[in-house]
Amino acid sequence: MTGGARGVGGAQAQLQRLLSLVPYVLARPGVAVRDVAREFGVSEAQVLRDLNVLWFCGLPGLLPGDLIEVDMDAAVGGRVHVSNAEAIARPLRLQVDEALALLVALRALAEVPGLEDRDALGRAVAKLERAAGEAATGDLPVAVEVPPREQAGTTAAVRTALATGRRLHIAYYVPHRDETTERDVEPMRLLLDGQGGYLEGWCRRAEGVRLFRLDRITSVEVLDLPADVPAEARSRDMADTLFSPSPDDMLVTLELAPTARWVTETYPLETVEELPDGRLLVRLRTADSRWLVRLALRLGAEARVLDPPEVAEQVELVARAALAAYGDVADAPAAG
Amino acid sequence: MTVAARRTERLLNLVICLLSTRRYLSKEEIRRSVEGYSEGQEAFERAFERDKEELRELGIPLEIGSNDPLFDDETGYRIRRDAYELPPISLSPDEMAVMGLAARFWQQASLAEASSRALLKLKAQHPGDPAGADLLGIEPRLVRDEPGFEGLWKAVRERRAVEFDYRTRDGSQSRRHLEPWGMVAWHGRWYAVGHDRDRDDVRVFRVGRITGQIDPTGPAGAVDVPADVDLRGMVHSLEASNPPSTAQIRVADGTGGGLRRQALGEPGPDPAHEGWVLLEVPFRDLAALVDDVVGYGPNAVVVGPPEARRAARDRLLGAIAASGASA
Repeated sequence: MTGGARGVGGAQAQLQRLLSLVPYVLARPGVAVRDVAREFGVSEAQVLRDLNVLWFCGLPGLLPGDLIEVDMDAAVGGRVHVSNAEAIARPLRLQVDEALALLVALRALAEVPGLEDRDALGRAVAKLERAAGEAATGDLPVAVEVPPREQAGTTAAVRTALATGRRLHIAYYVPHRDETTERDVEPMRLLLDGQGGYLEGWCRRAEGVRLFRLDRITSVEVLDLPADVPAEARSRDMADTLFSPSPDDMLVTLELAPTARWVTETYPLETVEELPDGRLLVRLRTADSRWLVRLALRLGAEARVLDPPEVAEQVELVARAALAAYGDVADAPAAG
Repeated sequence: MTVAARRTERLLNLVICLLSTRRYLSKEEIRRSVEGYSEGQEAFERAFERDKEELRELGIPLEIGSNDPLFDDETGYRIRRDAYELPPISLSPDEMAVMGLAARFWQQASLAEASSRALLKLKAQHPGDPAGADLLGIEPRLVRDEPGFEGLWKAVRERRAVEFDYRTRDGSQSRRHLEPWGMVAWHGRWYAVGHDRDRDDVRVFRVGRITGQIDPTGPAGAVDVPADVDLRGMVHSLEASNPPSTAQIRVADGTGGGLRRQALGEPGPDPAHEGWVLLEVPFRDLAALVDDVVGYGPNAVVVGPPEARRAARDRLLGAIAASGASA
C-alpha cells in the first residue's frame, strides 16, 4: 500500500512525491518554489533536489529530445518551469487510503448542522467516488459521527461572520459560574471537534483570545461592524487539546474510583498514577475552583479531593448545603 | 547526486518507460532501456525485483503478461495508462474548497499524509489559487488520533483478524481477538466493531482502551463483513436507550441556567418554596440527569420522580462521605 515511503528522503518517497509534483507544476508554469515546498510539506532545498533528479529522467534512450526539461536556472531563482513530461503529466490514481480519507471526511462534514455547503459536499463525494473507482466501492468501513449538539443557526451565524469579516455579539452561558454574560467577539475560527463546535475569537470583554462552545451561546447576532482581530491575537495550536490549562492554574489532586476512569479520558491531566486496587491518583489544573467543585459533586462517592484542602472543604460544604435543600437533613449547615 | 537520488532517477525512468510502451517489455529490454541498472546479471535481477516491489507499494499498477498468448513468450511488463492515471475529475471552486476542508479533517491524525496526497492529486488538475477562502476559518477536528487507530484501520482495509490487549471500563485487562468489520468515531472517540472470537458474538471496542499494539493474526481478506452490517447502529447501542421521561426540578431564582435551557415550557413559581421556580426537564439517562442537577449545588433540587430524587441525594451523600474520608 501507500505510505510505505521508507523515510522522507528515501527513493520511494521521492518518487511518490515527483509523480504528484510533476502534474502539479505542469498545470502551474512558473509556480514559486516556495509555494511548491509549502504544498508538498518539504523544504525549498528539497524541491530543488527533486527537480534535479527530474532533470535526468525521460523516455528510454535519454537523448536530448527524450529528457524532461527543467529550467534549473529559473528554479534556483525561485520559479519552477518543467516541460516535455507528457508520460507522467497526470497524477497516479487515488489509492484506497487516500480516497477513503477524503470520503470519510466529506461524509462527516455533510452532517455538520449549519455548515451550509452540503450541496458542494454531496457533489464532491459523487465526483470523488467516480474518480476513485475501485478504491472506493461499496459501503465505507469507516464513519465519523457528528453529534448535533448546537443549534444550526449558531453555526451558520459564526460562519457568516467569518466569511464576511464581521463582529459578533453573543450571550454566553458558563455552567460552573451559572451565569450568562453578553460580549462582543471578533471571530477568528470555527473549530469542530467530536463533541461539537467552538468559536475561537478575540473577546472584547476579556480582551483576550477565548474559546466559546457553540451550544452555550444562547443568542448570537452578526453585527454590522467589521471584525477587528488585534495583531497580538494568537490562535491555539490544534495539535494540543482544545482546552490546555495554564501553568498558573490551581493544581488539584484527586483520587478516583475505578468507575470514574472516564475522567482520564475526558480532561487533560498533569499526571495519572494507578493505585493497586484499581483506583487512580490524578493531578489536573483548573483556573476556577468552582469548576472542580462541580466535577466533584457529579462524581459523588467516586472521587475525593486530596489537595488543596480548602477545595476539599468547599466540596463538602456545598454538598451539605445541597443536601439541606432537600429538606431532610436537619443538622446540615444552611445553604450559602 | 546521492545514492537515493540515483535510485529515484532509475525508478522514475522505469515508470516512464513502462507507461510509454504498448507492448510488454521483457526484463532484458527494460535493462537495456532504463538507465542505472548494474551490469552483472544477478545484481540486476535483485535490483529489478526490489524496484517492482516498491512501485507496487506505491499503488502503481504493474502488469505482467506476454505479447503473444499463443506462444510461450517471455514474461514482460508494462503499466497501462488508463489503470495508472487518475481519471479526469473536474471540480468547481466550491467543490475544491470542501476537498481542502476534508483534507484538513485529518490534520492531527493518522490519515493526514494520505489525505494531503489525495488533495495534491486533485489540485494538480485544478490550477489557480485555492478557492473558497471562506472555508479557511473552519478547523474540522472531529477525530483525535488514538494509538490503536492506525493498526485497526489497516486491518479493516485488508479484512484481516487482529488481537490486542484491552482494558475494560473497570480497569481489568485481557487479550482479545477480533475480526474487525469497521470503525466509527462517535463523540470524538474511535470504536471498532466486529466479531469477537472470544465471546463468539458481535462486539464494539473502544480503540482508546487498547493497550499496546495491534497484532494481525490471519491472512488478508479472511474477514467476512456481513452485507447488512449497521456499524453506527451498533456503536449507538452502547448508549443506554431508555424511554424518554421528565423530571421536576426546583431551581433558585436567577440560577440553574443550563437546566432552564433544557426545560419544557415556561418555568412556573414553586408555591411551596418562595424564591424558587419549578422546571420540567426531559431526560433519558437518570445518571446524566443527576450529573446535571447536583452540579448546581444548593441551587437545584430534584422534586420527582422519586428514583431521581433518591439518586441525587445519594450522589450528594457520596460526595460528603468521600470528603469525610479525606479528613
